[in-house]
Amino acid sequence: MVKPPDFIAAMTGSLDEEAARHMVTRTPQTQALGFQFVSISEARGAIRVPWRADLVGDPETGVIASGVVTTLLDHVCGLSIRAANAVPQGTLDLRIDYMRPARPQADLVADGHCYKLTRTIAFVRALAHDGDPDDPVATAQAAFALIGGGA
Amino acid sequence: MSLETTPAERLAAFLARTPYIAFLGMRAELAGDEMTAILPFSPHLIGNTLLPALHGGVLGAFMEMTALAQLAVITGGPRPAKTIDVTIDYLRPGRPMDTYARAEIKKAGRRISSVHVEAWQEARAKPVAAIRGHFQTPTEG
Repeated sequence: MVKPPDFIAAMTGSLDEEAARHMVTRTPQTQALGFQFVSISEARGAIRVPWRADLVGDPETGVIASGVVTTLLDHVCGLSIRAANAVPQGTLDLRIDYMRPARPQADLVADGHCYKLTRTIAFVRALAHDGDPDDPVATAQAAFALIGGGA
Repeated sequence: MSLETTPAERLAAFLARTPYIAFLGMRAELAGDEMTAILPFSPHLIGNTLLPALHGGVLGAFMEMTALAQLAVITGGPRPAKTIDVTIDYLRPGRPMDTYARAEIKKAGRRISSVHVEAWQEARAKPVAAIRGHFQTPTEG
């Protein structure tokens, strides 16, 4: 049996898949939202949130609330920074554009890419889609302060 | 427009119809036309167990829901407004305690409204986060 890495390893060690899975599924809020680890690669990460009735924003449409998308995009940005072997201290700003409503009862997947690291700051783009990454539900642009960067 | 309803009724209807608001555990109070949204601390809102701190996404989502609630109070349509875009500024870590937010509608347009929201914990003058956002007024019927 694989011993789960502790939280500190997930937040500060080099990011193997087990630590990434831990980061996505084992913080209280992501656990409450039911986040699932999809993948990591160089400076990139992906997370899925399965549709659930209690996460809906407008019961007339059955679409997942935009607030859930906010947390999904914020978290996938942090994951892609870790996948670039940097350690995020916290989000500085996060801009989200909602292109279109998600399909009713659709799961959402978010893809993040940390495209630039400085000594103190990580710059990240992310998008959320309900099946086709070329037709996103929302896109995001974020800047994060890095640990050890003196920010 | 269902303006025969009172602001308190419109606020209660918005809060009650949104499942995600129950997931967050968010409430809101009206004093005249001024609304204060309240996010009572709950362990499931934590995003960083080391600090510990509220998840940044939770703070952003709470402020966005505050904007939608304030729009529901003043416009009173049966459907909530739709978020077009939000820009979230994170100013201080969200500590594991109750969080409050107030929205200021900068422009209530026929089709699109612009809203600013600030969230704070111990002191109103030391906000933990703020958003600016654009919201689309739902079409009737």
